[in-house]
Amino acid sequence: MAIEVRVPTILRNYTGGSKIVEGAGDSLSALIDDLDTKHKGIKGRLITPEGGLHRFVNIYVNDEDVRFLGALDAKLNDGDSITILPAVAGGALGFAAAAALLGR
Amino acid sequence: MARFESLLDACGGTPLVGLPRLSPVVPEGAPPVRLWAKLEDRNPTGSIKDRAALYMVRDAEESGHLRPGDTILEPTSGNTGIALAMVAKLRGYRLVCVMPENVSAERTQMLRMYGAEIIFSPAAGGSNQAVATAKQIAAEHPDWKMLFQYGNPANARAHFETTGPELLHDLPTITHFVAGLGTTGTLMGTGRFLREKVDGIQIIAAEPRYGELVYGLRNIDEGYVPELYDASVLTRRFSVGTRDAVLRTRQLVEVEGIFAGFSSGAILHAALAVAHEAVKAGRRADVAFVIADGGWKYLSTGAYGGTLNDAEEALEGQLWA
Repeated sequence: MAIEVRVPTILRNYTGGSKIVEGAGDSLSALIDDLDTKHKGIKGRLITPEGGLHRFVNIYVNDEDVRFLGALDAKLNDGDSITILPAVAGGALGFAAAAALLGR
Repeated sequence: MARFESLLDACGGTPLVGLPRLSPVVPEGAPPVRLWAKLEDRNPTGSIKDRAALYMVRDAEESGHLRPGDTILEPTSGNTGIALAMVAKLRGYRLVCVMPENVSAERTQMLRMYGAEIIFSPAAGGSNQAVATAKQIAAEHPDWKMLFQYGNPANARAHFETTGPELLHDLPTITHFVAGLGTTGTLMGTGRFLREKVDGIQIIAAEPRYGELVYGLRNIDEGYVPELYDASVLTRRFSVGTRDAVLRTRQLVEVEGIFAGFSSGAILHAALAVAHEAVKAGRRADVAFVIADGGWKYLSTGAYGGTLNDAEEALEGQLWA
């Protein structure tokens, strides 16, 4: 069962520079476990020590945010496309500047 | 038609228009599935941000945060800056915008025309450079006032008190509301209002997915979620890439005659997705979505003509929403 995963620039040090990797699993958590066996350490960047999705990581299944599909329990199917993105949303640089102004 | 005491009083009250050609065709006898566009480009400076700008300035005046002659400092990638510049001019404030230099030329020209001053943060330096620039400015001018649209409740309240009620008045049968996710003010305010009034309403976010350059953060921990954001207001959240946004933006003008910016194309893409799901499920749907601004400010990108590949390339590295 192959699921295509798009990896953002900032996590490609875990994938040997690859932009797209393949993984397997019938749920998002299973997929992330599988990715971590091939790309050691990537799980720790996506999931917090408490076991939830990292606040600043957004993961999409076929362009839909997994937080609204059951988060780590989201069901996956063969042929699904996963996109991982840092949470910056619209006006990325404006957000960063705003956060800095507030001292975060 | 109506008459207003000043331009500020003419904010909001935008038309909601049906899209009979872009709405999906339903099988004979099946319940109708209709798309409706709220034309926010009809606001005084041409975008939905006029609502938030006006509310944030009024709120700051009432609380005493803003006093006549004050300087407002706002990090913005465009429309909020233009809206604030107009409000600031009419209410007697000076506006300084911090913005990345990879926004379209029209936006900076409009800002200057309305009297705003612009401080650019270099696009090549990525967000770290923007952070450094903003920190420096704030440190040098402790008396400048920030309205901070990402965390200002007045931003969301503008939509709770105006956009939401307007939609319900014009479309009492509304089943879905779709808008762009940036500061999250539109979705939070309108979404909360509609959830209070309409049983089973679905609040759908369309989030622009930019080219890779824009996401060039050094570390995941440098990400940012706006303080206004409350995921419980949303039903679903879609990520829409540049190519889909451009395709839908072109369809809007080619099929329905609506000349919009690319964020509106992204919103239409999500609206069409839920509309087609409703057709499949045989459910009635009245899907209202936001036209956030017109296409004028983006013409210089060249992305309205040529092939989709060309357009995608032209928008690579740009904050198109």
